[in-house]
Amino acid sequence: MIQEFKKIWKQYAITMLWLLGILWPLLGIHPDGTLSFRQTFTVWSYILAGTFICFIFYIINKSDNFKLLTEPIANTSQKLNNSLQSMPSWIWKSALLFGAVIYPIATGRYATDVAINVLLYVSLGLGLYVVVGLAGMLDLGHIAFYGVGAYTYAILNVKYGMGFWVCFPFAGLSACIAGCIVGYPTLKMRGDYLAIVTLGFGEIVRIILNNWMSLTNGPNGILGVKSIGILRPVMENGFTFEMFWVTKLELFYYFALGLAILTIIAVTRLGSSRIGRAWESIREDETAAELMGVNTFYYKLLAYAMGAIFAGFAGALFAARMRFVSPESFTFLESVMLLCMVVLGGMNSIPGIILGVIALIALPEVFRGLESYRMLVFGSTMVIMMLFRPSGLIAAKRKKMMETKQPEERG
Amino acid sequence: MDSFIQQLINGITLGGIYALIALGYTMVYGVIQLINFAHGEFFATGGYVGVICLSFFTGLGYMETHPIFCLTASFALAMMYCAYLAIGVEKIAYKPLRKESRLAALLSALGVSIFLSNGLMLTQGVYDKAYPSELFQNGFNVGIITISYLQILIVCLTAVLLVALNLLVFKTKIGMAMRATAQDKTMSALVAIGSNRIISLTFAIGAGLAAAAGIMVGLYYGSVRYDMGFLPGIKAFSAAVLGGIGNITGAMLGGLIIGMVEIFGAGYISGEYKDVFAFIILIGVLYFKPTGIMGENIDDTRV
Repeated sequence: MIQEFKKIWKQYAITMLWLLGILWPLLGIHPDGTLSFRQTFTVWSYILAGTFICFIFYIINKSDNFKLLTEPIANTSQKLNNSLQSMPSWIWKSALLFGAVIYPIATGRYATDVAINVLLYVSLGLGLYVVVGLAGMLDLGHIAFYGVGAYTYAILNVKYGMGFWVCFPFAGLSACIAGCIVGYPTLKMRGDYLAIVTLGFGEIVRIILNNWMSLTNGPNGILGVKSIGILRPVMENGFTFEMFWVTKLELFYYFALGLAILTIIAVTRLGSSRIGRAWESIREDETAAELMGVNTFYYKLLAYAMGAIFAGFAGALFAARMRFVSPESFTFLESVMLLCMVVLGGMNSIPGIILGVIALIALPEVFRGLESYRMLVFGSTMVIMMLFRPSGLIAAKRKKMMETKQPEERG
Repeated sequence: MDSFIQQLINGITLGGIYALIALGYTMVYGVIQLINFAHGEFFATGGYVGVICLSFFTGLGYMETHPIFCLTASFALAMMYCAYLAIGVEKIAYKPLRKESRLAALLSALGVSIFLSNGLMLTQGVYDKAYPSELFQNGFNVGIITISYLQILIVCLTAVLLVALNLLVFKTKIGMAMRATAQDKTMSALVAIGSNRIISLTFAIGAGLAAAAGIMVGLYYGSVRYDMGFLPGIKAFSAAVLGGIGNITGAMLGGLIIGMVEIFGAGYISGEYKDVFAFIILIGVLYFKPTGIMGENIDDTRV
């Protein structure tokens, strides 16, 4: 086994030595003119131990020694999968829905809070999925649309006293307009350039939010955004309606859930529609798609607008939940985190993205103590995913095309 | 008018720094068609290694006795360190993905960038790290224009590095090999140019220049911060695009233009929006002339 993986072992050893060389100047040279080695070695040995364990697993996995362990699991999951598929889909769907509905009742306030965050990010991530996963355009400024949506609601609400339900479509609309504004000049480009330009756009939005004091109140943010209000019927002295503010977290959870479900349905149906197939064809080969008569510019712009709309909706809900917006919430790091969720779960599959969101929002909550290492882990996760599993945790299954009948021969 | 000349001098200083960073982007893009997102982090790392070395020398007491030697040594060490870092990063995170889709390589680069900036944060602390002494801070006055010795140092050093790079790329065998690899990897491999070695070298040179820029920024502004690589990185990328990506002379020119625009924009239009100008130039260039001012014809995989 050692012989077999000689090259990999060698590479691993060189990498670790390289890392030692990288770490020492940062940790071992002190401003008082002394050199030390102990701290470097301690940190390095931790990293060595951690990576060594992963590496051993990798080797065992590569040499198929895990078969004994993984085969039964794979078999059962295959069986489970088969039985799930033979079952009508509404059964497990309604089971999931039931679980989601009773979740806030079954768990505590803190868990509900985390769940709301997850649901908002599911809407955001699915918006990004339309742009990155379906249309294949790397978007590094998606959080800007989230910000536009949140600020639209906050400004309309605080300055003009408009209610949530009136503002909600406006939040989507303004995010959509923002998407078109960024999309129109940038869509002539492809790939890498687009990534940088969207990044630049995201930064521009943040800088504007930070500096336009009269409208956005700058870095202080907007305070006192109202929550969602619903009219509920009251039976006292005749039948009237009464305004009821959704302040309880549990109730708010259902709105977030509703938005997430709406987004999932919309994106699924978009993905399997004619538009979705046009997007996929653009992703696979833009030149070929254009040759086949797909109006690439229109569909790319549409992808941007669609992605932005969902982000805008999520933004409005975010503003209503926090009752406060500030540019702090819409930084580049948030965009990267969102992208990381989409990449981790599987760029092209909706269940994958939901899994990615849960993994990256809920897991850091569990490991609160390691908070400062969070972004470090995100960064390395992205690299490792790209190196070993570029299609994500849950890879997308290609939809089988409907069997096309051979056209009857004409005489 | 006086303030105009003052701004011009500041603009040249800043522009030189951007040009140094932009070169790394443009060289790497020229050779492997990848936007090296981690390049801004090489720049920040250079600044940090510079401050570590300089404070180490100050601690030893050499700073008073041999300031020139200490400064030279810090520059050399930081550049070497970043070159070493960049070679490793390329081997680990980019090389296995060379055949994969461009999206994968780009995401990997983004991951490296986050990893490095947070690595810096964890090892060096969240707060600004101050450069040890007021090196070359005093200067002389011409009328009411102030020129600090530091600015002269930055401009001179930038010029020296740029000339050296030009000589390397256009006059030596290695430079010829680099240009050949950038043009056609298969063909250059056929004439016995090891493309892996050339790519490593390109990364090393780019990161070395970025490290020099990092120390300059540290000296100029007096401190470094773990996330300082992000904005200058994007602006330098705009400079590279403005000059025509893949074109070395273009990157120098683009860097100067971006630096000028930023300084004049901050001075005459709005200081709060100074970071926006580079992005607007970037979007404008990509929209109206994606090849940049010095760019050659580019095939459809790039734009």
